Amino acid sequence: MEKKDTFLLGEKEFSSRFILGSGKYSMKLIEAAVKNAEAQMITLAVRRMNTNQQENIIDYIPEDVTLLPNTSGARDAKEAVYIAKMAREIGCGNFVKVEIMRDSKYLLPDNTETVKATEMLVKEGFVVLPYMYPDLYTARDLANAGAAAVMPLASPIGSNKGLATKDFIQILIDEIDLPIIVDAGIGKPSEACAAMEMGAAAIMANTALATAGDIPAMAEAFKHAIIAGRNAYLAGLGRVLERGAQASDPLTGFLRD
Amino acid sequence: MVQINGEAQDAAGMRLEDYLKENGYVSDHIAIGWNEEILPKEEYATKIFRDGDVVEIVGFVGGG
Repeated sequence: MEKKDTFLLGEKEFSSRFILGSGKYSMKLIEAAVKNAEAQMITLAVRRMNTNQQENIIDYIPEDVTLLPNTSGARDAKEAVYIAKMAREIGCGNFVKVEIMRDSKYLLPDNTETVKATEMLVKEGFVVLPYMYPDLYTARDLANAGAAAVMPLASPIGSNKGLATKDFIQILIDEIDLPIIVDAGIGKPSEACAAMEMGAAAIMANTALATAGDIPAMAEAFKHAIIAGRNAYLAGLGRVLERGAQASDPLTGFLRD
Repeated sequence: MVQINGEAQDAAGMRLEDYLKENGYVSDHIAIGWNEEILPKEEYATKIFRDGDVVEIVGFVGGG
């Protein structure tokens, strides 16, 4: 029997390589998006709860989908650890996406604080997925700190600008012995597919769906693109000629030798 | 006064459990930070607000 193509985060095995964000769209659409994406993991944020809130997002997420709370809003490692512990106390398991930013214009992650938070959270028993600016040294530090994966940004959060950091993500894929999950900035299924062809382990997307015309339909489009990219990576991409051409047809003239 | 989610409230002496019930919170959906420490769920039943406490009641919302 053919071996199933899966990857591990902590001790949990995933076959879906599409991590879905849940921000900026309605709870009802989340349910449809999870279904169409066939996602096994969904990100959430932690915020103050309003009183008498009738609906809760957890009720719209199937029970077999792993929750990945993020630490958005944290400005340093200490705040990220506090948010992660709050998330765990809600009772969602021990996964956390570390997300630390001090900049509100470009929303770029603070790599130094992210390494510190990862060290602290791994010691506390969390499965840590750090969101980071694609830098090889930081990625190595995160791996040494015990991160379960590394999540480099493709372009600024929410920008839908695609693989602006493509060459640097490739370095991480080639050099880091952990799943590389491309997060932030992926705007189109074709970009998700391209990242998977490069050897990314998974794609995380939110705004690309939230700002799409039809959210559940876009979730499905992403699912197919991610599968296509993964299959292409496993198949091994054809080579690129530096110059010239090479016929795909027999090198004889039609009806001539 | 007690600071709950950033608002000063006249809740000193009140039981946390009663406050949560009165305000429609479901304990399975929340976590509570009490003076910057995480309050374990098993303590919800016995905890009482004291003057000057800073309390945060959080839960999950959509996010990326």
